[in-house]
Amino acid sequence: MAVAQKVKKPTVLRPLKTIPEVEVGICMGTGGIAAGGNDVWEAFEKGLAATDTYAVVKPREDKCEGSCSTLTGTGCRGMCAMDVLVDVTTRKNGQERTVTYGTVTPKMVDKIIEEHIVGDEPVHKWIVLSSEEETSHNDFYAYQDRLVLRHCGRIDPEDIDAYLEEGGYQGLYRVLTEMTPTQVHEEVLASGLRGRGGAGFPTGLKWKFAAEAKSPDGKKYFICNGDEGDPGAFMDRSVLEGDPHAVFEGMAVGGYAIGAAEGYIYVRAEYPLAIKRLKIALQQAEERGLIGKDIMGSGFDFKIKIKEGAGAFVCGEETALMQSIEGKRGMPRLRPPFPAQSGLWARPTNINNVETLACVPWIMTQGAEAFAERGYEKSKGTKVFAVTGKINRSGLAEVPMGLTLREVIFKIGGGVKNDKEFKAVQMGGPSGGCLPESLLDTRVDYEELNQTGAIVGSGGMVVLDRDNCIVDTARFFLKFTQAESCGKCVPCRIGTTRMLEILDRITEGEGQPEDIDLLLDLAENIKAASLCALGGTAPNPVLTSIKYFREEFEEHIHEHKCRAGACAALTTYSIDPVNCTGCRACARACPVDAITGEKKEVHVIDSDICIRCGACYDKCRFDAVRRA
Amino acid sequence: MAVAPETGERTLTLTVDGQEVKAIPGDTILTVCRRLGIDIPTLCYDERMEPYGGCRLCLVEVEGARGPVPACAAVVGDGMSVTTMSDKIFKLRKFVIELLLSNHPLDCPVCEAAGDCRLQDYAWEYEVNMTPWGWHPKDFATRDDHPNVARNPNRCINCGRCVRICRDVMGIGCWGFTNRGYETIIDTPYNLPLEQVGCVSCGQCVSACPVGALTHKRSRHDVRIWQTDKTDTICPYCGVGCEFTAQTFRDRLVRVTTEPGQGINNGNLCVKGRFGMEFVNSPDRLTTPMVRNEDGNLVPSTWEVALDRVEQNFKRIKEESGAEAFAGLASAKCTNEDNYAFQKFMRGVIGTNNVDHCARL
Repeated sequence: MAVAQKVKKPTVLRPLKTIPEVEVGICMGTGGIAAGGNDVWEAFEKGLAATDTYAVVKPREDKCEGSCSTLTGTGCRGMCAMDVLVDVTTRKNGQERTVTYGTVTPKMVDKIIEEHIVGDEPVHKWIVLSSEEETSHNDFYAYQDRLVLRHCGRIDPEDIDAYLEEGGYQGLYRVLTEMTPTQVHEEVLASGLRGRGGAGFPTGLKWKFAAEAKSPDGKKYFICNGDEGDPGAFMDRSVLEGDPHAVFEGMAVGGYAIGAAEGYIYVRAEYPLAIKRLKIALQQAEERGLIGKDIMGSGFDFKIKIKEGAGAFVCGEETALMQSIEGKRGMPRLRPPFPAQSGLWARPTNINNVETLACVPWIMTQGAEAFAERGYEKSKGTKVFAVTGKINRSGLAEVPMGLTLREVIFKIGGGVKNDKEFKAVQMGGPSGGCLPESLLDTRVDYEELNQTGAIVGSGGMVVLDRDNCIVDTARFFLKFTQAESCGKCVPCRIGTTRMLEILDRITEGEGQPEDIDLLLDLAENIKAASLCALGGTAPNPVLTSIKYFREEFEEHIHEHKCRAGACAALTTYSIDPVNCTGCRACARACPVDAITGEKKEVHVIDSDICIRCGACYDKCRFDAVRRA
Repeated sequence: MAVAPETGERTLTLTVDGQEVKAIPGDTILTVCRRLGIDIPTLCYDERMEPYGGCRLCLVEVEGARGPVPACAAVVGDGMSVTTMSDKIFKLRKFVIELLLSNHPLDCPVCEAAGDCRLQDYAWEYEVNMTPWGWHPKDFATRDDHPNVARNPNRCINCGRCVRICRDVMGIGCWGFTNRGYETIIDTPYNLPLEQVGCVSCGQCVSACPVGALTHKRSRHDVRIWQTDKTDTICPYCGVGCEFTAQTFRDRLVRVTTEPGQGINNGNLCVKGRFGMEFVNSPDRLTTPMVRNEDGNLVPSTWEVALDRVEQNFKRIKEESGAEAFAGLASAKCTNEDNYAFQKFMRGVIGTNNVDHCARL
C-alpha cells in the first residue's frame, strides 16, 4: 500500500538509560494512595538515599549501571486488599528476582531496605507474591488472564515511553498501514468482543452500524464512556489510571473504523486521578503525533477531548451521556434513533465503555483469533470483575469468560472473610441480581448469568455473608437507583420510590402481609414501562432477592425477625448469664455505653440505650451475647 | 412500500388493531392512530414539539418488539403490526396513572384545571385504584407571583411540556428541571420570579400544561370550564390571524384557550391573544358614538347624528381644501373586507390615495 510508506512507526523516544540494580514499584492507583502510597513513596525515597549505594535515579534521564535504584509509581494491580503493594526487583549476582510486599506502611520500609535491598534477603513475613516461592496468595493471579489489565500495576502510566516499550500504539499502526475501516470492524467482530459496560452488544457490529451511517456533513463522533458509577465497580478507573494510552489507542482504532475524526472521553468527576493521568497521557500522545492531526503521518485525524461528568449516575446511559456532553441536563432520550444513526449533535456516534476499548489494541496486535480462543460459547475474551464485600482478597480480577462464580470468589478472592458462611453475591451492580450459594457454579457468561436474573453488567461482585440481611441489601441497591433516577419517566421516578418505601417498612418491622406481592407487581411494571435501562433494571436486585431468599422477606414481615441482625429495628441483643464471664470486652466495645456490670460479674445490656450495632456480639469470645 | 403513480408519493401499509391502514413514511404510530380515531392517552406529547417519551402512557404493543413501545415517538414501518389495547397495555397505563396520583395533591375541587385535566380524565377512564401504595402528596414550596401564570408545582407531573415549549418553541427557557429522581421539580433558574427570567408572558406554558400546575391566573376561581360557552374565533390584534377559543359565561369573556392543532397558529398564542382580551369586559368601553357638544365635550349620541356630523365636515373640508387634505389610516384589527371597503371609500368617495395601514409600519 502506497500510504504505508510514509506512515511512521511509533517508537520509544526516550529509552531507558539505566538498568538499575534495584527497582521499586509502588501502587499509586487511587486504592494505593488511599492506603498511604504517598507516605510509602517518601519513605523509600529517603531510605534509599540514605543507603548511599542505591541512590534513586530517573531511568530515562540519568545514566547508571549497577548500584542505583529507581522508583516507579504504577497503577492498580488488582490486589487492593493488600495495598499498599510494593514490588522490589533486584538484579544481583546475575540473578533477577521480583518480590511483592503487601500492606506496606512507612514503618516497614527501613526493614525492607536494610534486609532486602542492602542485605539481599527478602523479608519473608511480608511477602504476598514472589517470583521464587509459592505464597498463600498465588491463586489470586493463577486463575487470571490479564489482557485489559496487562499494563496496570506494571508500567508508569504517566510515561508514554513505558507504554511504547510494551508495544503501545502498534495496534493503531497496523490498522493505519494494513487495514481498511471495514477490515477493522470485521476483525473486532471476529474477536467476539462484546460491550463490557453491561449490555454485551457485539462491538464490531456497533462499529459497522456507525461506519455505514450517513452523516449530513460527514462528521461522526467516537465516545468512550468512562462514567463508571456502579457501587463496588472500579475496573474502568483502574484502566484509566493505570493504562490511559490503551484507551486512547482503542478510541483511535475505533475512530478510524467508523470514520470519526473527533472523540470524547467522558469521565466522572469523582475520578480526579484518572482525569489527571488522562490529561498527561493525552498531551504526550499529541506531542508524539499519535493522537490529533495526521496521526503517524498517515493523513488520519483523530482529536480527543476529555469531558468531566458532574456527578450523575444516569450519565453512564449513552443517550444521557451525550446530552451531558452537549451541555444539557443528563436525561436519557428515546431510542430509536440509535446513536449510530443520530447521536452526539445529531451525528452518527459510536460509544464504548473503557474496558471494551482497552481490549482493542490487544486484539489489533495479537489478532482476533487469540481473543476468541478465550472465553465460553458466545462470551469471548476476558472480563474484569471487581470483587468486594465480605471477601478475603477484595480487588480486581480479570478472568477468561466462562469461569464459575465459585472460582472467582473462592479461588481468586480467597473465600469469605473470617471463614464465615457464604450467603449471596450481588452480581452486576445495582442493575444486577443477588445469587445464592446454589448458583455459584454459574459461569460468568452473558447468557448464563442472564438466566439467573442477574447480569454480567459492569462486573461488580459484592459478596455477602450471614451477617448481611438480604432485604437490607436489596434496599441498599434500590435506594441507590432511586436516588440516581433522572426523574424523566414516571415508572422510574415514582415507582422506585414506592418500592423503596415498602422495603423501608419491611426492614423497620412494619411490613404488611401483601408487601411481597406489591413489590413484585411494582417491579414487573417498572421493568416493562421505564424509558431507559436504569429504570428497566432497577428492580432486579429486589426481584432476585425475593426469588432466591423469599423466606427472609417473610420472616421480616410475619415474624418481625432479621436473621442477619442487620435490621436494627428487628434486632435485640442480650447477655446470656450462663456464658458471661464478666470480662468487660463487650462493654469496652460498646460505642454508647449500653453495657453495665462489674468485672467478673454478669453484664447487662440496656436495650433503651443500645443502637444495635452488633459490636458486642462480634467481640464476645464466650458466645454470651445473644442476638434475636 | 407502495408508490402512488400520479403523485409519486410513497405510502406504506401497517396493521393497527387488526385493521389494515396506509401511512406516510415518517408518521408515528400516534399520528396514524389519531387519524383513525383510536384514542391513545398522552400526557407529555404535544404536537408542537419533538416527542419526549417521559409519561409512558402511550405505550402500545408492536409485534416483534422487545417490549411495549411509546406510540408518540415510534415511527411506523411497512408491515408493522400494532396493538393499541390489551390487558397488558391497560395494566401498564393504569399503573402509570396510579403512580402519578400517588403523589398528586388530589385537590381537584379547588384546582383551576378541574374538568380540563388529562390526569383526571385518564384516572376516570382507566378506573384507577387511588392508593395502592398509600398517598404521599408532594410538598414543595410554591412561588406564585406572576400576574398571568398561576403555578402550583405540587400538581406538576414533570411531563416537561412547559420546559420544552418555552425553550424549543419560544426560544426563551424560563423553565427547567431541578433536582434529581423523586425530588425533581420544574422551576425557574435559581427559583427566581418568573418575570425575572425572561418571561414574555405568552402563557405558552399554560397552554401546554396537561394538569393544573400552570393555569390562567386571571380567571382563577372564575367560572369552571364546563360552565362556559366556547366560541372558536380569530384573534383581533394583529394580521397573523391566530385562532383561539373564547370561553364566555353570560356574555362575559372568561378566558382564552387554544389546543395544539388549532388554527394556523397550531395552538400557539402571544401575550396579547392569550391574556389581552379583558378589554371586552371593560365598563369603560365605548358602546355608542360620542359627539362633541357646543362646549366641546364628548357626549353620547346616535349613529345617525354622528354620521351626519362626519358627512358635513368631510364635505366642507373637501370643498375648502380639496381631497388631498384627507388621509386614512386603517387597522390590522379589522378584517380584510373592512380594510378593502375602507380604501375603496378613501379612493372612490373622498378621492385620495392617502391610505395606509398600521401593520405596514
